[in-house]
Parts: sequence; structure tokens; C-alpha cells
Amino acid sequence: MISAHLLAELTVFILAVFVGFEVISKVPTTLHTPLMSATNAIHGIVLVGAILVAGQADTPFAGIGGAIVGFFLVLLASLNVFGGYTVTERMLAMFKPRRPAPKPPADGAQ
Amino acid sequence: MNVVQAVANPVDIAYLITGILFILGLRYLSSPKTAVLGNRLSAVGMLIAVVATLTQGIVNWIVIGSALVVGAAIGILSAQRVKMTAMPQMVALFNGAGGGAAALVAAGELLKYVNSGTPITYDVSFTSVLSAVIGALSFAGSIIAFLKLQELMTGRPITYPAQQVVNALILLVILVSWGLVVAGVQPVLQWFWIALGASLVLGVLFVLPIGGADMPVVISLLNSFTGLAAASTGFVLGNNVLIISGALVGASGTLLTVLMGKAMNRSITNVLFGAFGAVKTSTAAGGAGHGGQNVRSVTPDDVAAMLAYANEVIVVPGYGMAVAQAQHSIRELADQLEKKGVAVKYAIHPVAGRMPGHMNVLLAEANVPYESLYDMDDINPEFERADVALVVGANDVTNPAAREDKNSPIYGMPILNVDKAQNVVVLKRSMASGFAGIDNPLYDDPKTVMLFGDAKKSIDSVVAGVKAL
Repeated sequence: MISAHLLAELTVFILAVFVGFEVISKVPTTLHTPLMSATNAIHGIVLVGAILVAGQADTPFAGIGGAIVGFFLVLLASLNVFGGYTVTERMLAMFKPRRPAPKPPADGAQ
Repeated sequence: MNVVQAVANPVDIAYLITGILFILGLRYLSSPKTAVLGNRLSAVGMLIAVVATLTQGIVNWIVIGSALVVGAAIGILSAQRVKMTAMPQMVALFNGAGGGAAALVAAGELLKYVNSGTPITYDVSFTSVLSAVIGALSFAGSIIAFLKLQELMTGRPITYPAQQVVNALILLVILVSWGLVVAGVQPVLQWFWIALGASLVLGVLFVLPIGGADMPVVISLLNSFTGLAAASTGFVLGNNVLIISGALVGASGTLLTVLMGKAMNRSITNVLFGAFGAVKTSTAAGGAGHGGQNVRSVTPDDVAAMLAYANEVIVVPGYGMAVAQAQHSIRELADQLEKKGVAVKYAIHPVAGRMPGHMNVLLAEANVPYESLYDMDDINPEFERADVALVVGANDVTNPAAREDKNSPIYGMPILNVDKAQNVVVLKRSMASGFAGIDNPLYDDPKTVMLFGDAKKSIDSVVAGVKAL
């Protein structure tokens, strides 16, 4: 039988899925690549799990070999987080509306 | 009634704030004007979650700290240096990293239970294998997608006999060992590792037969997988922020996958298992209009004249534009044309390129204002009014056979109706057929002219021609 604990978690999960569909369906197609990369960064949240598993005293990744696995684990998650946000920021900075476009800086290089 | 209530753990409050910031961050992605703010809100949310987690009895500071710093350095540097045209493979890599991390988190947590001899509840056993399976699938699949996109291996589908049977057998191995873990059959860990290893193999095998043109679907799907893997580790660890974030990403990836499938009028199963674009270079159609006897080739100056004296030009970019890095030249051409009073619009097919919205990002990089980019449904009625449709490295998404020829493999796929324009100019490297290996009757159309060569060089010559007029 399903435990009360699991049921509570499932509730959170299902509601979050609905919120996700609702919010994402409003993202215009022109922003779909930044959306992918933004959600990419968000799943970097497994970094939280990585830190908990590899960092606490009862970590199963003990000894030299274990430490290497733990290091690799946190590294993957950290790469995901920092790379994801940086790439998204870079991409979004490129999306410009029509108005200010034709004027290059302000030193009248024209 | 006086009930003594347990006080909430401050860390859980921090996680709640993170969840809210993630949702708001995605909400602000609904407009290019607010999107940057959205991404920063999301990043702040992440920072809060990570800092809160670091207060949770962490002792292995050297391992955690060094891994964080090295990961951040590699992530930030590569994200800053990557070319915009290489964005799909970058996204694939980060996606794989997340998936691999999720699988390892699940493995670590299960190991903790086994080491300490704590009885493993069904909740934990079921979801830890789930995280490992989806995470490993996503990790291995993303690596193959990366190799294909980076052209370190062929972008064509790789097929072999009994492919589906092999995949089904591996899936069976995964399900059986999963069942054994949940049933607590000793040694539990062994079954766990078998499930994880088989998932890695399946991840490789399931992306191998998928061709480059179907990458937008695969990338979206893998994104969704990693999200679900992260959510699943949330169940393993009993951590709501992981569940919420993973669910958001899973929803987003699923939605994009479905959108991409619809844009090709193909089911997800067909994309995944159809090996679309495998070596069937000549369609069985035979006979009529087979590749290029009526094709008219022109010079850049001819094209320049056509464009400069037009009232309205619609540019149709495809993957060929990305390969040739022609987006900046196109922007320059549009500037020159606009100076002469020509209206320039861009028609974006949902699956043009290698990931959802790929063309939009490249054109944004070249400073094309996003108001000039039109979705398929908005621009299609406009082609009739356009004097010239300029097709730059797009093929299958402009193929009228999808509309007219019931025998065509792409029949039913929604296309950009470039053939309705008064004139069509197609920039192409050669007469080789498109990715799907299907002839394009557009090229035989009397109102179509072809400008052969590298798209960037061709456009640069056209720009020079327009300036000289």
C-alpha cells in the first residue's frame, strides 16, 4: 500500500506538473531554445541531492575511491547548474526588440 | 484542542522559496522583455537551495568544495565560449550531466541504506531504481546526441537487424532487475547495478538510430527525462524542491516533445523507432521530376536584382544557415534591402534546425529583432503576397510534396508554403537531396531559381550585388 509520506510527495509532484504545463505553454516559440536551456539549468537542482549524498558524514562514497565518485557526482551537477544559467543568460541577452536596434552604442560611429 | 505542532525546518522553507522562484522564473520567460529577469530569479532560487543544503551537516568540504568550483569553472567557461550554432550539443551535454548526477545520487542513497542495514522501504527502492534508469538513459542518450550534433559520429540513423528486439530485451532486463530490487531479493545492490548498466546501454542504442533532423524531438525528450530523474531523486531523498523542480522540467520537456512531433505530423514512437532518413536515398516514387532536370541556376547578381526590386521578401532559414554560419550575412542583406524600402520577414518552421527555437536564437545573435520572426501559421498566408521567398539551407520543411504527394514519406507534415510566393530563390550547397533523402519538387518549379554554393559566401555576394545597384 502507498504510504502517507509518498502520497504527500506525489501530490506535490502532480501539482507541480500542472503548474509546469500551465507556465510553459505561455512561452513563445521564439524563446524555445532559451526555455530548454533554462529548464536545463533548473534540473541542475540535483546538485542539492549530490551535496547531501556526497557531503554528509554517513556518505556511502567513503575512502579514496568513494571520494572520487563523490567528486565526480558533485562536479556533474555543478557543471549543469553553472553552465546552464550562463548559457541561458548569454542567449537571452541577444533577444532584442526592433526599436533600439539600429543605433550602435552612443559614439556616433555611423 | 491543543496540538503541539512540529516547527518547520528552516531549510525546507528555503526550498519552498526556491520552488517559487523557479516557477516565477519560467513564468517570466513568456516574453523576451522579462526573460532575463526570469533567468536571474531562477538562478537566485538555485543559490538559495544550494546554500541551504550546505548547512545540512556537510563534513566532506574538500570533495564538495573542489567539485563545486571545478564544475562551475568548466561550466561557465564552456558556456561563454560555445558558438551559438553549437548550442544544441551544449544543451545536450549539460542535460547528460544532470541525468548522470541524478543516477549517481540514487545509487548513493541506496548504498547508504545497504551500508547502514536500514530496511529499505518500497518508496525508496522503487524510486531509486527509477532515478537510476531514467538518469542513465538520459546520460547515455545525451552523450550520443552530443556526438551526433558535434559530428564526431554520423548524423544519419545507425540501424542494424533486430534493433527493436534487442531494445526490448534490454528493457526486459531493466524491468526484471528493478522488480528484484523492489522485492528485496539479495543482493539488492547487484540488481540495482544491472538495471543501471542496462539503462546506459539502452540510452546509447535508442539514440543511435535517430537521425539529425529528428534531433529537436530527441533533445526535448532527453530534457524531460533528466527532469523526471531529478524529481525521482526527490522521492528517494524525501526532498520537495527536487520533486517540484524535476516536475517543472519534465512538464516542459514533454510539452516541447509533443509540439515538435506535431510540427512534423509524426508520433513520438515514429520519431524514436522509425529511423527516419536512413539510407533510402532515392524514394521508390521513380519517374516524374526526378531531381533536377528543370532546375535553373542563377548568379548572385541576378538574385540581388530580384531582391532589391521586390516589395516584400520572406527569408526561410534552415539548418544549412547554421552550418554555414550565414546568420550575420543574412542580417546584413536584410539591412541593405530595408534601406531600399523592401520589407523583410523571416519564416520559422518549428523543427528547422536541431533543437526547438534553434533558428530564433541564431537570428537573435545576428541582431535580427524578434518581431521580424514569424511562426509557420502566421507567415503561411503571407507567402502569396511576397515577391520573393529566399530559402537558406532549408529543404524538407519547404517541400510541397508534404502537401500534395500522398506517397511521399513526409506527406502530412506541415510546411512553409514558399511555393506560393511569386518567386523562390533557393540557396543550397548542391543538388543533393535533403536530410530525409526526399526529392523536392520545389526545385523543378518554373518560378524557382537556385543559387548553388556555401550559403554565407552566396549571401555575401548578393549583398555586394545589392549595394552596387
